[in-house]
Amino acid sequence: MENKVVITVLGEDRVGIVANISNLLATHNINIEDITQKILKGNIFAMIMLVDMKNANIDLGELRKKLDEKSIELGMKITAHDLELFNYMHRI
Amino acid sequence: MRIAPEEILETIKMIEDLNLDIRTITMGISLFDCSDSSETVTNKKVYEKIYRLAKNLKKEAKALENKFGLPIVNTRISITPVSLFYPAKSIDSLVDLSKNLDKIAGELDIDFTGGFGCLVHKGETEIDKLVIESLPFVLSSTEKVCSFVNTASTKSGINMDAILKMGRIIKDIAYKTREKDSIGCAKLVVFANAVEDNPFMAGAFHGPGEPECSINVGVSGPGVVKYALKKLGKTANLGEVAETIKKVAFKITRAGELIGKEIAKRLGVSFGILDLSLAPTPAIGDSVAEILEAMGLESTGSFGTVTALFILNDAVKKGGLFASSSVGGLSGAFIPVSEDKGMVSAVKKGSLNMEMLMAMTSVCSVGLDMIVIPGDTLDEVISAIIADEMAIGVANNKTTGVRIIPAYGKKVGDYVSFGGLLGEAPVMAINQFSPKDFINRGGRIPAPIIGFRN
Repeated sequence: MENKVVITVLGEDRVGIVANISNLLATHNINIEDITQKILKGNIFAMIMLVDMKNANIDLGELRKKLDEKSIELGMKITAHDLELFNYMHRI
Repeated sequence: MRIAPEEILETIKMIEDLNLDIRTITMGISLFDCSDSSETVTNKKVYEKIYRLAKNLKKEAKALENKFGLPIVNTRISITPVSLFYPAKSIDSLVDLSKNLDKIAGELDIDFTGGFGCLVHKGETEIDKLVIESLPFVLSSTEKVCSFVNTASTKSGINMDAILKMGRIIKDIAYKTREKDSIGCAKLVVFANAVEDNPFMAGAFHGPGEPECSINVGVSGPGVVKYALKKLGKTANLGEVAETIKKVAFKITRAGELIGKEIAKRLGVSFGILDLSLAPTPAIGDSVAEILEAMGLESTGSFGTVTALFILNDAVKKGGLFASSSVGGLSGAFIPVSEDKGMVSAVKKGSLNMEMLMAMTSVCSVGLDMIVIPGDTLDEVISAIIADEMAIGVANNKTTGVRIIPAYGKKVGDYVSFGGLLGEAPVMAINQFSPKDFINRGGRIPAPIIGFRN
């Protein structure tokens, strides 16, 4: 079953953001399929990840909770949404 | 990745910062088959049927909220208008039914149940009369039950006898709920051309043409529209403004359709309609008035307000219709006063008055909504406000409604607070000259010429 999730990370750039999030995902057997990453003006770090949760050992709700904890730890804003939502809103 | 990063960030911003939400998932349930000559038996069947169909509604809504990360604010139930299935023999038995509905809603953790009402646009049955007289008792003894009375339609005209009564009934509801700022009146809508599949409260009901059970979804996001207009800038012409609103409405509608189809599938019932209504909430930035101001008005209520609202309402409908084949309900812009911080502020600074609000209802999706007026307003004045609003709806072949609160013991300038999504508002001044002799004539105003299209 399709189980693709889009994770976004936004905030002030610092060392170890990608490593931190990737570690969390690996721990829960979540496969990263694509990463887009950019430093916006004003040193704002923006990352969008497409991940597959097909074999994950947690569900999206639990993942969101873990990402919330991470967002406090890193001082970044992190979101996770089902890919279908973006497909529906931006593609006919 | 098929979706561009900008598009992803746009959606995230809509949800995280701009209050894009699924305002309500409303399950419409037909109760025709619960009808029995005994009120007790009917009540029992009503309980069992709603319980059976809606027991997983809240749970599935939560699961979807989790899956898509899109807030689902309310879950609601709309039922067959009680006058059409309940064998009421007394007001007491109607109150029993309403308490039964309140109890089910409490047990299933449902926010509101709508449909406690009747359709009397051409005349009243004996049961309709009882239902109308029961409203002050029903709305003062329940928390979650919402009611409606349809008093006019373009096809059949305006029932002025019923409207005459409604002035008195609304005052009585205000009195019976005086301890809570007359909140009972916030749970009653008087309609012209009521729609059968509207998911929004207080006026939701499951009309006689509806299926056994269906899911209707109300999606909202005034903040998203306002942001898009701010980004567009001050120099864009009004054609570009309309185009921008249309595009945003498209995206919001798509999000609603996704949720609606998914929850209907999970619950094993049909997906009814998607209602894209820009419904404000008291949250900052979730305001329809602020959209009008983002278009260039110094304050909502200034001249130009009707035109701005016309652009907004029409563009929202067009974007929605393109995005989904299931658009229905009311779909457009709501202009409740107490629920919209921008409206409240416009009233407070003397920019928005009752006359402008009434003019606005000729181009918005419903009508006079959540307006607090002095508690000593005459019954006939309230009836006349309703009659004017019904005339606008009937003559323009659109839905209009009146949800007005003559707050008991309150005077112009006093403040009334309902809490939650219902918000708070100042008591507005209204024209108190007497329409008494006009209203007391009663009768039925014939249908307008545009009603004869066959």
